[in-house]
Amino acid sequence: MKACAFDYTRPKDVEEAVRLLATDNSKPMAGSQSLGPMLNLRVLQPSLLVDLRFVPELKHSSDDRDSVTLGACVTHAQIEDGRVPDPTGGFMREVASNIAYRAVRNRGTVGGSLVHADPAADWPSALTLLGATALIAGPGGRREVPMEKFLTGLFETALSAQEILVGVRIPKRSKAARFGYWKFCRKVGEFPQAIGGALRDPERKETRAVVGATSGAPRLFLDFSPNIAGIGKDAYSQQLHAVALRRAIEKLAA
Amino acid sequence: MKKIALTVNGRPVEATVEPRTHLADFLRESQGLTGTNLGCEHGVCGACTIDIDGAPSRSCITYAVACDGATVKTIEGFDDDAVMAQLRDAFTAEHALQCGYCTPGMLVTARDIVMRLPDADEARIRKELAGNLCRCTGYVGIVKAIQRVLARRG
Repeated sequence: MKACAFDYTRPKDVEEAVRLLATDNSKPMAGSQSLGPMLNLRVLQPSLLVDLRFVPELKHSSDDRDSVTLGACVTHAQIEDGRVPDPTGGFMREVASNIAYRAVRNRGTVGGSLVHADPAADWPSALTLLGATALIAGPGGRREVPMEKFLTGLFETALSAQEILVGVRIPKRSKAARFGYWKFCRKVGEFPQAIGGALRDPERKETRAVVGATSGAPRLFLDFSPNIAGIGKDAYSQQLHAVALRRAIEKLAA
Repeated sequence: MKKIALTVNGRPVEATVEPRTHLADFLRESQGLTGTNLGCEHGVCGACTIDIDGAPSRSCITYAVACDGATVKTIEGFDDDAVMAQLRDAFTAEHALQCGYCTPGMLVTARDIVMRLPDADEARIRKELAGNLCRCTGYVGIVKAIQRVLARRG
């Protein structure tokens, strides 16, 4: 349970981080709450860790007219505590408060969770539901990718090896918007077996639903009676996903 | 090897570490602070929970090199802490430990509950304790001990 040898460096800005990631077999690191276990289990054996936590731009948040932008290194605990703007009137705080455990939330980051792209993690599903945009920096400059295109599969994203996620931009909805989220976990804080999410904004005529903790990227639907046949790996899993989605939709009325 | 400088239990520490050394191993083996226990070493069991920059954190999945410049507090650093003194008394009174392996991490989490969630009820305490595994007590004594301190502090 000890990591293999690696080197470690702390870039001061995004450009330096991108340059350092040109190093063969290097890995960016944020809160290390998923990367740490994988290093200790030797699932990953990088030669260089590029610690992104000291890049000011990645810790910065902004509250703009139509959206909120969160830096990739904003922690789950900062979102949980309302220390950064929440464009969803408390929905993101609730999602954050149910990620793993407080000790993990104190260091784990929203960007780390997205680029790790564990299908059972919360931010991939929740931010797909919210229609967030991934803000990316790489050797070729900056680009933006919608979340449902950023997450491409099981532990896979649209990032190339030298690109990093700088932050996420989350659109604001009307005051009439309602959000629902449900997950089935065998134990509090464990990775869920199924995730359902629902959003309705009557003023913006918007209906969105997400089914997560599947064998791939979260599935986004634009109605509340989607065909989710085959989304679970067996009948039991299928039922859990169907009920998670139903309960998320039911929460909109609460 | 990398040079790091951090504050451990109020004391400035300078050391040279291998980047792969996690914080718990650094504290136990080079600082002699064996109050931090290691269980799973992949962030699940909570035995290694200590304070980093004022917030409970897993010291097994945080690397010592990443704590260059940080302020770290292990269970040994809480000797003179008033809340921790109340928790120690309450853990004794409520039989909140048996083998004691989870206790250092449990106390750091318990202190965080008392400080951050003064109105926590039993259900909330149990939710907050989900990240600290205890295989002896069944949690009843631990929950009661935290409730006792919360009640005493009003």
